[in-house]
Amino acid sequence: MVGRLGGSVTRLDPDAIDGLPDDVLRDDDFQLALWTLYELHYRGFDDLAEDPTDDPADDLEWTPDVLAFRRALEETFEAALRALVPAIDRSDRPFVDRLLEVIEGGEGPSLASYVQREATTEQVRELMAQRSVYHLKESDPHSWAIPRVDDGTKAALVELQYDEYGAGRADRVHATLFANLLDALDLDSSYGAHLDRAPGYALAENNMMSLFGLHRRLRGASMGHLAAFESTSSLPCRRYAQGIRRLGLPDAVAEYYDEHVEADAVHEQVAVRDVCGRLVAAAPELEDDVLFGAAAYVKVEEIVATSVLEAWSRGESCLRPEQIGAVA
Amino acid sequence: MTSGMRSRTSRRTDEVEIRVVPNGPALVRGADAIRDEDGGSHPTTRPVVAVCLCGKSQRAPWCDGTHKVIPRG
Repeated sequence: MVGRLGGSVTRLDPDAIDGLPDDVLRDDDFQLALWTLYELHYRGFDDLAEDPTDDPADDLEWTPDVLAFRRALEETFEAALRALVPAIDRSDRPFVDRLLEVIEGGEGPSLASYVQREATTEQVRELMAQRSVYHLKESDPHSWAIPRVDDGTKAALVELQYDEYGAGRADRVHATLFANLLDALDLDSSYGAHLDRAPGYALAENNMMSLFGLHRRLRGASMGHLAAFESTSSLPCRRYAQGIRRLGLPDAVAEYYDEHVEADAVHEQVAVRDVCGRLVAAAPELEDDVLFGAAAYVKVEEIVATSVLEAWSRGESCLRPEQIGAVA
Repeated sequence: MTSGMRSRTSRRTDEVEIRVVPNGPALVRGADAIRDEDGGSHPTTRPVVAVCLCGKSQRAPWCDGTHKVIPRG
């Protein structure tokens, strides 16, 4: 697939995929392939083009064999996510109550509590490098849903995204605040810098958002994911900020989390009640998808937290080992 | 579900919307600043803010999610 992007392979054949891994949610190669295919729809790849006016990634974004290959991976990925979540609550209890119950139902260990009390500076740096794969495009995956929802939902969603994108101030864009955090930790803050070191589960966390965002069919799941994401952020971010101050790390590192304590206390209310509440009021048939998206977020976060803490408890890094030589 | 309440400030001609979230903060939409009990003014540039109603926020007057860990009486 990397050869197809680089031009050395002229056609991808999804039928030629033999033997997908059993656990695609944790598989480094599967998730990196999917992440790469999704990235064609975000910023693309600088290093493919010798001449920026003739960038092969521009054409590959909508090339049929590339899309067919992506679809084959997505079908497996979506099936794995659906198998991961518990049964959807279809009772006649109010929708918001059922959504909050899914969001509050997480059972994994708390990564935030570990960072608050025990993590070392090196562990914080590893975690931030891992998270940069998402946070340098923070909020972008949910923006795909904007033209796909009714006007009331759209007003609420854009209000939330506007705040994520700095409320008109370029220096307050959350992805920019995260780049400042990386700089303050002396980590490379360029887009995609840590991609090769991100394990499969961390890429899966990111790919799930792109799967939900890039398919209009899954707009309900995208908004449910957003609600769960925002609703489980404020209190953990306070713990991260406390851990960062405990370690005496620079202010720019804690500031990112301070901003999220305050912003996400707002966003969770807007996302649950206005975005998701209005979406299912306008389109009741999307209830199951919203609850699925929220549950998928919760379950994948459990995998992420468990995997990171297990690596650390073994005395290992939560990043993949440094590659010998660059990926072609 | 939530109940809506609207108020009009004397200082502005446009509307500010206030909505109280059950067991949560007040969502205030369209305000430039919030004045606290002691008369202190807290400016904001957010389109909507969450104002603490539980009294336990460490970032008062803004909600920081603490209400979620307070037992409901």
